[in-house]
Amino acid sequence: MATLYETLGGQAAVEAAVDIFYRHVLGDDRISHFFDDVDMERQAAKQKAFLTMAFGGPHNYTGADMRRAHAHLVARGLNDTHFDAVKENLEKALSELSAPAELIQQVLAIAESTRNDVLSR
Amino acid sequence: MSELVFEGTTYEVPPGNTVLEALEVAGVTIPSSCRSGVCQSCLLRAVEGTPPATAQAGLRDTLRQQGYFLACCCKPDGSLEVVRPNDAGLRHRARVARVRSLNATVAELTLECDAAFEYRPGQFANIALTCGTVRSYSLASVPTEDPHLHMHIARMPGGIVSGWVHDSAKEGDFVDLLGPHGNCFYTVGNFGQTLVLAGTGTGLAPLYGIARDALRHGHTGDIHLFHGSIRQEGLYLVEELRALSHTHSNLHYYPCVLEGPADAQTHVGALDAHVTSTLSTLRGSRVFLCGHPDFVKMMQKKTFLLGAAMKDIFADSFLPAKTVTA
Repeated sequence: MATLYETLGGQAAVEAAVDIFYRHVLGDDRISHFFDDVDMERQAAKQKAFLTMAFGGPHNYTGADMRRAHAHLVARGLNDTHFDAVKENLEKALSELSAPAELIQQVLAIAESTRNDVLSR
Repeated sequence: MSELVFEGTTYEVPPGNTVLEALEVAGVTIPSSCRSGVCQSCLLRAVEGTPPATAQAGLRDTLRQQGYFLACCCKPDGSLEVVRPNDAGLRHRARVARVRSLNATVAELTLECDAAFEYRPGQFANIALTCGTVRSYSLASVPTEDPHLHMHIARMPGGIVSGWVHDSAKEGDFVDLLGPHGNCFYTVGNFGQTLVLAGTGTGLAPLYGIARDALRHGHTGDIHLFHGSIRQEGLYLVEELRALSHTHSNLHYYPCVLEGPADAQTHVGALDAHVTSTLSTLRGSRVFLCGHPDFVKMMQKKTFLLGAAMKDIFADSFLPAKTVTA
């Protein structure tokens, strides 16, 4: 059976989604300040790895990685509102790519599963 | 069986195996993570032979053209000689052919180097002085147009290499040259695409090379070249760029200074705002950014938000040497 990652179009879909998704995130006043000092190139690579995971593709992310990567943002006030905003942007990006609603829900569910790790709970 | 040469040793890659697997079986450790072409941890570079296209999927054009590939996706269909990414630079001997000043603080260093030094305009190379000090400078020259290598070198307070260039370098001196390095260069193709080049200070050097390289290859799309400095006297090659934009109708040159007074053709104001107000969208454009790290970082974000795709933004930050004041 094809994985969600394959159904969505594999690596090519991730490539297309990361630009659209990241542009939404950076343009969103609720969360863009968390990205002020980041190295775009490195950040894009991380976004790509994250989307690959959210698409159910090959990845090496663990809950501990998620915690470590976001701890400094939690210290700067990262909370559920921001997490929701990111999810909203992810949904928007996937809709723009005309992904079927049911697959979008699956991706969002995978993203949701990282919430407690991202917010250090 | 395909033959694989890595760091001077020859290995066999059994059919169906990847370069990463073959090296691991032989006890060679290559950084790797996802093993499926996503994380790009296992990046290597082919110096002989051509890696299959599947091993280069998802890489930037500039990396592809230099033979970079992902070891985890590379099932070679011929023999390959590969190196780790940071071993790509070779040491060359270069002779100083000329030093001339471009303005009060920037000098152009012309180096004569053997033909084996193959580079793309916009890449950088490291100059190593006999005292052991090494500094990176971008290449402003274009191989087919300029017989030698050109570098634009600003005098840094207490700078060892820049001090040498400005005060004592003379024709006939020798330096070691390492490189070339860097992914900020023109890739041939997509001739109608709009190119946006923006740089501060000696960030003009790679852009001057890239713009002329694009013109030489017959690029037909608009080429917007923005050069920023604090004051008018910090700009350089102004006449050359104006002349070039007169002979090429698709080249647009925008000198920009933060503080006036400035001549009538020079914009006074912040460079980033000048770029974003001049060009309303960057959708489909290719962007090259060079110069001060803060400027480059800010512009990567701004140009991306204006619609440029991440893979079409090429950047080169000029970091000051850590030992400048030592």
